Amino acid sequence: MADLLRRVAERSDTAAFRELYQTYGPRVKAFMMRQGTDAATAEDLAQETLFTVWRRASLYAADKGSAATWIFAIARNLRIDRLRREMPWQELPEERPEAAASEALPDEALAEKERQARVRAALASLPPEQHEVVVLSYLEGLSHGEIAERLRVPLGTVKSRMRIAYQKIRAGLEDLR
Amino acid sequence: MTITHHLDDATLMSFAAGSLPAALSAVAAAHVAMCTRCRREVAGLERVGGTLLAELPPATLDRAEPPASAIWGQDPRPDVHENPRRAGEGADPIPAIAGAPRGAPPAPLARLLPRELDNVRWRRLGLGVWHHRLAVAGRGGLGLLKVAPGRVVPEHGHAGAELTLVLRGSFHDATGRYLPGDVADLDETIEHKPIADPGRECICLVASERPSRFRGLLARLLQPLHGL
Repeated sequence: MADLLRRVAERSDTAAFRELYQTYGPRVKAFMMRQGTDAATAEDLAQETLFTVWRRASLYAADKGSAATWIFAIARNLRIDRLRREMPWQELPEERPEAAASEALPDEALAEKERQARVRAALASLPPEQHEVVVLSYLEGLSHGEIAERLRVPLGTVKSRMRIAYQKIRAGLEDLR
Repeated sequence: MTITHHLDDATLMSFAAGSLPAALSAVAAAHVAMCTRCRREVAGLERVGGTLLAELPPATLDRAEPPASAIWGQDPRPDVHENPRRAGEGADPIPAIAGAPRGAPPAPLARLLPRELDNVRWRRLGLGVWHHRLAVAGRGGLGLLKVAPGRVVPEHGHAGAELTLVLRGSFHDATGRYLPGDVADLDETIEHKPIADPGRECICLVASERPSRFRGLLARLLQPLHGL
């Protein structure tokens, strides 16, 4: 997928973009709908996310993160800005005009693929109650307090589940950092 | 200068997820901009978001094909020039923060902060404490807090979560000493009573999950005296 993004960045490859669009567009729409928004708004936000991908592809440094991670960050910021009408304070990851995507070292791209696989494996191995708080945070956009209310558990429990989940994910990446 | 007090892991995860209440998120972003360690952590945590996004069952797009390239613009590349600079870059640096270990705060926050910490219009709260509210949309309260040397840094949350980022001067409590760039992200179960270090006033960027209620501040500051 990072490769598709590189093709878009380097030669405005519309076929590559089409594939990105059809892979991530429907998922970004689903992501927006998880926030409780209607389908039409979610569609608009998905379009806008992918539009941003097209426009900013050349700013993306493929050696530093996967396409999915970058698209997630764009969608996350849009969600905060449009659905929550708050300021998205988070920067987009690894937008580095000085290091074009084409300069990505093959080793690094490979290592990034491996990192992503480790994260996936770590997430899959989490016990349900830890996986749940991670999903509620990332996909439903709930704060610690809102997760505590939703699950009817103390705030401290939410935080400690999240910390443990994080430690496991981090441990999975230890030798690749 | 080294940053020794970082964001809690649960705060970092919620920040990367985009789920931290707005005011807390602003302080977290300012710390992350200054802190290499936390920046690396956030990058790792964004991968979690990417993975979860990639695994989401897809919804159906009404527009199954991307709009014609004419609509999208022919070439994404010129955007490099017109596109916003990397956040923080090129923005007028905040003197107090520019002197800190790393970079300026993210651009949106830099616009919100006063240019000079010496020219802030402070509201006096008494007992060597001043406050300056920053308007921020969304959940929580955000502001600057100035504490005279040797004075107690008041609580700014009201039972909810709070973050305190030192911009100038320093304070200490049972958990250690906090210098510029350090952030106090303490569990509400920890009882702490930060005191500004002698010699220089301490200025912090503070956020609370619920809007600050400084009305009760004097009473709370005086509480230890009543207890005597």
